[in-house]
Amino acid sequence: MDAWHFSEMAYHPAWEQLGSSLRNVVPSSAYDPDVGADLYHRYLDEWVLCDELGLNIMVNEHHTTATCTTSVCTVPMSILARETREARLLCLGMPIANRMDAVRVAEEYAMIDVISRGRLEMGFVKGAPFEVSPANSNPATLMERFWEAHDLILKAMSTHDGPFNWEGQHFQYRQVNVWPRPYQTPHPPVWMTVASPESARAVGARGYVIASLNTGYARTPEIFSAYRDGAQAQGRDAPPDRFAYLAIVGVGDTDDEGRRRAHQILDYSRTTPRTAAQFWFPPGYASAQVTGQALKHRGPLKIPLRDGRLTTMQTASVDEFVDAGIAFAGNPDTVFEQIREFNNHVGGIGHLLIMGQGGHISHEDTVSNLTLFSREVLPRLAAL
Amino acid sequence: MEHAEIAGLDLELEIVGETSGSRGSLLFLAPEYFRAQHATFVAALAARWRVVAPVHPGFDGRPPPPNFRTVGDLAYLYLDLIDGLDVPVSVLGASLGGWIALEMAVRSTRRIEALTLIAPLGVKFGGREEREYADVFAVDDAEALSWMFAQAPPDLSSFNDDALTQVAVDRQYLAYYAWKPYLHQPGLDRWLHRIDVPTTLIWGAEDGLVPPAMGERLSSALPDARLEVIPGAAHYPQLESPEAVLTAAGLT
Repeated sequence: MDAWHFSEMAYHPAWEQLGSSLRNVVPSSAYDPDVGADLYHRYLDEWVLCDELGLNIMVNEHHTTATCTTSVCTVPMSILARETREARLLCLGMPIANRMDAVRVAEEYAMIDVISRGRLEMGFVKGAPFEVSPANSNPATLMERFWEAHDLILKAMSTHDGPFNWEGQHFQYRQVNVWPRPYQTPHPPVWMTVASPESARAVGARGYVIASLNTGYARTPEIFSAYRDGAQAQGRDAPPDRFAYLAIVGVGDTDDEGRRRAHQILDYSRTTPRTAAQFWFPPGYASAQVTGQALKHRGPLKIPLRDGRLTTMQTASVDEFVDAGIAFAGNPDTVFEQIREFNNHVGGIGHLLIMGQGGHISHEDTVSNLTLFSREVLPRLAAL
Repeated sequence: MEHAEIAGLDLELEIVGETSGSRGSLLFLAPEYFRAQHATFVAALAARWRVVAPVHPGFDGRPPPPNFRTVGDLAYLYLDLIDGLDVPVSVLGASLGGWIALEMAVRSTRRIEALTLIAPLGVKFGGREEREYADVFAVDDAEALSWMFAQAPPDLSSFNDDALTQVAVDRQYLAYYAWKPYLHQPGLDRWLHRIDVPTTLIWGAEDGLVPPAMGERLSSALPDARLEVIPGAAHYPQLESPEAVLTAAGLT
């Protein structure tokens, strides 16, 4: 099992002021560029540290929000392609149904792959429901646009004999001809995040790496199982290196210190629900049945604990997040044991995506967290 | 519900009212939302008209063919539909249905005798920073419904599961046809002069989705139009004041 450090580059200084809504409609007057510049450099430094620690790097993107100021995932990754030497570089990911110029996506990814000498891992994601508003992307046709963009980007990256024609439903070009060609052949590895067994099956059928984010003990097994079904139906193997899982990780010299760090990082999870209700269910993003039921039961977001009870995501304790399998927290022995148990529960994961920074955790604590993880936990994960 | 095969598409439609003794054929093009709540209004129309009321493709829960995705496609579909009806045909469209009626009429009024448009969407007169159609997807349900109804709106909490699913389907297909550009077709204003049939515009005085000022601009832009404003009603005056709408439109 290898490990990847992930941060959303949060602008936490504005959280208190912005109150119950941290996305979509929040004015940027709440953002101080001087403070923001310091934060960007700090977060980049933490990713650069990963290169020394033997950790890989993961970035994502969100829009119009104080929870994540990575508004373009390829911007930090371009910097890191130059500033690091060994780490694999995962963008997870690019919301390709919300990017209206798919060829530009192929160009950005190809440049990063070449600059990094072939270290790019290329995520294609549907994106969260509240992302359609900033992009003004039609949610009723989102998935057909997603798959058309996927087909076009991969063809653009793997075609080397000059221009080809593309006149599809959502993207039209007469001279697709991407320079540079990517460093990796035929193209960098593809990753996709999924949140349901149905989409896991579709990713399994294609053999890509599947990433399940914070789905815990309750939901991860059925998602991974659906992936295996999809792979098997196409005659593919589904070894552990096809499976990634994202969790909050807090490691300390003592259990208390690790739990304190996880508690701070978990404000990432606790701030996610602070989004106005109408942005959670854009028309056609989810099935009509699911969206219709949400009209009736629009309560606070819940997470399932191991015994089946539900707890409220916005206020859950670190112990509840650990119980749910969303956080691993404690001293190195404790954290290793939690990961080992979870790994067994879900049938083996090849990539642990760790949120090692989030919320109000300080730079010093983040460095200590990542360093302890890499020295005391990571070596033992190799045997899993 | 009946079915008609038109241009290779299986169209679901309701046909009510007597043929003999009626005022003729009336194509009723429903708005995006609350079709089921229109039963009383349609029954009132059927007292005087042979009413043909299609369910717009997609709004019946069946995805339309991949090459069917614009309000222009809906307009051609219904032009084909009225080719098979007894003339003269009157067209009554509300909101999205009014937009479809406009798109039909700029293409051809050959078989259309008169238009009644209730708060039609579809036309943008203003500049790029003017929002003429309120963004119903950027506010919560209570606020969006307050724009659409002057009186108490339908109570979603009283809807059963199937009705809630239909609400979601309605929103999905409004987005499918009209997410971007939002609730309008750029350039449609350019061709309104082709609508050479008497047109009655009906507007709820308290319409917060698209206020009556749009009715005034449309009334000026159409060759033969008059505007009737219904007090005490918002975007769906046919639900809030059906009798007043029928009278103002001369459909009784």
